Amino acid sequence: MEHYNMNLTLKVWRQKNATAQGNFENYQVKNISSEMSFLEMIDVLNEQLNAEGGEPIAFDHDCREGICGSCSMHINGRAHGPWDATTTCQLHMRAFKDGDTITVEPWRAAAFPVIRDLVVDRSAFDRIQQAGGFVSVNTGNAQDANCLPIPKDDADLSFAAASCIGCGACVAACKNSSAMLFVSAKVSQFALLPQGQPERTSRVLNMVAQMDKEGFGSCTNTGACEAECPKEISLTNIARLNREYMKASFLAE
Amino acid sequence: MVLDAKIPAGELEKKWEDYKGHCKLVNPANKRNLEIIVVGTGLAGASAAASLAELGYKVKTFCFQDSARRAHSIAAQGGINAAKNYQNDGDSTFRLFYDTIKGGDYRAREANVHRLAEVSAAIIDQCVAQGVPFAREYGGMLSNRSFGGTQVQRTFYAAGQTGQQLLLGAYSALNRQVGLGTVKNYERHEMLDVVMIDGKARGIIARDLVTGKLERHFGHAVLLCTGGYGNVFYLSTNAMGSNVTAAWKAHRRGAAFGNPCFTQIHPTCIPVSGDHQSKLTLMSESLRNDGRIWVPKKQGDTRKPNEIPEEERDYYLERRYPAFGNLVPRDVASRAAKERCDAGFGVGASKQAVYLDFKFNMMRYGRIEASKQGNHNPDDATMLALGKEVVKEKYGNLFDMYAKITGENPYEVPMRIYPAVHYTMGGLWVDYELMTSVKGLYALGEANFSDHGANRLGASALMQGLADGYFVIPYTIGNYLADEISVKAIPTTHEAFEKTEKEVAERINKLMSIKGTKSVESFHKRLGKIMWDKCGMARNEKGLQEAILEIQQLRKEFWSDVRIPGEIESFNPELDKANRVADFIELGELMCMDALDRKESCGGHFREESQTEDGEAARDDANYMYVAAWEMVGDCKWNLNKEDLKYEVIKPSSRNYK
Repeated sequence: MEHYNMNLTLKVWRQKNATAQGNFENYQVKNISSEMSFLEMIDVLNEQLNAEGGEPIAFDHDCREGICGSCSMHINGRAHGPWDATTTCQLHMRAFKDGDTITVEPWRAAAFPVIRDLVVDRSAFDRIQQAGGFVSVNTGNAQDANCLPIPKDDADLSFAAASCIGCGACVAACKNSSAMLFVSAKVSQFALLPQGQPERTSRVLNMVAQMDKEGFGSCTNTGACEAECPKEISLTNIARLNREYMKASFLAE
Repeated sequence: MVLDAKIPAGELEKKWEDYKGHCKLVNPANKRNLEIIVVGTGLAGASAAASLAELGYKVKTFCFQDSARRAHSIAAQGGINAAKNYQNDGDSTFRLFYDTIKGGDYRAREANVHRLAEVSAAIIDQCVAQGVPFAREYGGMLSNRSFGGTQVQRTFYAAGQTGQQLLLGAYSALNRQVGLGTVKNYERHEMLDVVMIDGKARGIIARDLVTGKLERHFGHAVLLCTGGYGNVFYLSTNAMGSNVTAAWKAHRRGAAFGNPCFTQIHPTCIPVSGDHQSKLTLMSESLRNDGRIWVPKKQGDTRKPNEIPEEERDYYLERRYPAFGNLVPRDVASRAAKERCDAGFGVGASKQAVYLDFKFNMMRYGRIEASKQGNHNPDDATMLALGKEVVKEKYGNLFDMYAKITGENPYEVPMRIYPAVHYTMGGLWVDYELMTSVKGLYALGEANFSDHGANRLGASALMQGLADGYFVIPYTIGNYLADEISVKAIPTTHEAFEKTEKEVAERINKLMSIKGTKSVESFHKRLGKIMWDKCGMARNEKGLQEAILEIQQLRKEFWSDVRIPGEIESFNPELDKANRVADFIELGELMCMDALDRKESCGGHFREESQTEDGEAARDDANYMYVAAWEMVGDCKWNLNKEDLKYEVIKPSSRNYK
């Protein structure tokens, strides 16, 4: 792969804390290699700001290999930037060219308040999981793993749903800030497996109730969530969630 | 310091059973009054917290990430070992035990490792019961793959995302307990000290990373499940936030540090592309099972890999180690790659890389798929196309990741890979009960030193983390807490909390008041370079002595010239990092001292002075068959204590993978 260097203008959202008024700041970065990851480019800018006596831009990041779900930048109007099926940390600078202006914002959603700059509070996701995203089995209760044959196709579909990294791009991409794709991924993982059956009804009702309580919007089947999901979680999970919810509502006492 | 490993008497196979039958128990009513602090929410921390809460204890967890689910266990790729013998290929508890001891180059405790092998099967059962979607065969049974250092297929997996699925399983068990009110999670919190009262760990001082405020938390016991310290090298496969701080604070409060120099350098990582590099990315060991590693036979060959004919390729692992071939343990594979690159056979722009090629196995898989479709004489193109689909299903996420990072298509051209720091076998010294040398302070998972000796086998980290959390600590902690039931929760106004918090605050104030000229990042990079050059894949006496002096100098410079922007009581990632890098610098010195003391080569620790004629690691059992447990006796002054290793069942021999 040919590499090249580029000079860029960055428009970055700066916000001191949750209650402060935020604004865009412009920065110039020079000699950025096309081999760098997007976050390494931000590292360069932060070292520059630090050297100039400024304050580095705060952003969430950890594994930098696309699996922890920490990174969460809205880049040029798209959650995680221009590449499909890619987290911000896996986006590389060869996606851009010399002279580009790049706009970087935090996730925008009422249920994800800004903590500082590009860092938002996604604890609402944890609370939804705590409401029902589990199989109630204590350690030590399990039978031999192969006593429970599971058709490969079901296991594969369940795994595909379970590969959600909880980054929140689905919410950020949605015009309604709906968390349906996130919730549907967990509900689907268990609805597709025999282990999930005993709590199938209560799980979906409790998780949806918590989702509503957290202030996420409703789903209008626009599909932006699926388009921006770095792990390509399928919209069919939302259809499954709707079916599960409907069934559970009839069954519930 | 007296090191008592508390290994139960009796036959090896019966020790754990006997221990469980005789350890003290705490009755359910008393458990409700006992509080346990768990620091870190990876596989070890989340599984321990959930299991202990299920038993009835009151648990608090702490993690620096914004959610417990993001701990770095999430990034583990290839799989988890268990002695299930589902493949009928000769596996057993003993075999897993033996492979682990041998893989660790005879520097681990027999009793601990045997226990690990014993509980391994129950881990898979537990995870499946939680709804972890492991890979399956068409008949509905679980699938297995091969990993290094073994000749059986005992690795369970979920594509290249096994760690993610296991952690989400443990996280779901943890979430259930949070919902039930038995666990309280503290996210975006970092532990900055252990509070000691009457010689026992009784709590922690944590910093809320959002507000910057210090907090006091009491616990009848404290569990450190804080992972490894590979980031001391700056570049590693660890997450950016992975750090030694919690373990280091424990060390400073009296917990001995075991075998700090035992570092695992993983052979198959994406090579460094430039000075901007912030971390390195692993390509799972499972790929070695389905790929072949080679370099050109000609030095400095500039042809593209696909242009180099078969007979001009050197499959050096298969050549040197015919019995294990591409599946030799990680330390052996890493050194072999370094040897080829140092000798001028490396590939790619930097010449610091070798090829990992999948074409052969794609063809093999393609033939099988074609047969399934009734085509018994497929052409090459058909086989390749069908084989690609199989490889995609097994490793799709890894291939995608490689393509995004390098801009190359690994389905078409071989991957370029090179060794990188991945895991640390060293860690806090613990006894059989996982208690450190400080009473009431435990270390689980990668944070302890206990099970992998001088080299960890692939797919064994996930096994150990979950073994410690699900199946070991729930028993062993009772043996301690049974004697603590009369201790009422100590109010955090106690003078010990007051004093410890003050010390933590003073250190933070000191860091912020330096107002020097150099960034935290620049110090971390310099430390990493010293460590990689002189305490990395090959070590020698002169280099280690130099490194110690350089690190001491770097430490002085850090404390007089670091510049940390922002304020203390705010969200300030630079300050968080400064706290961690300060500890890494101290640890770096200790690692070099340990490497200097251990004049033999063993596992991942390769002393150039101690090698066989054909360049293999030469162990010295007569002089170094011990765990080095370092005790801090003054500010960065250490005493070496030795725990002798006794092999009662396995007879240590020279590792042979040929």
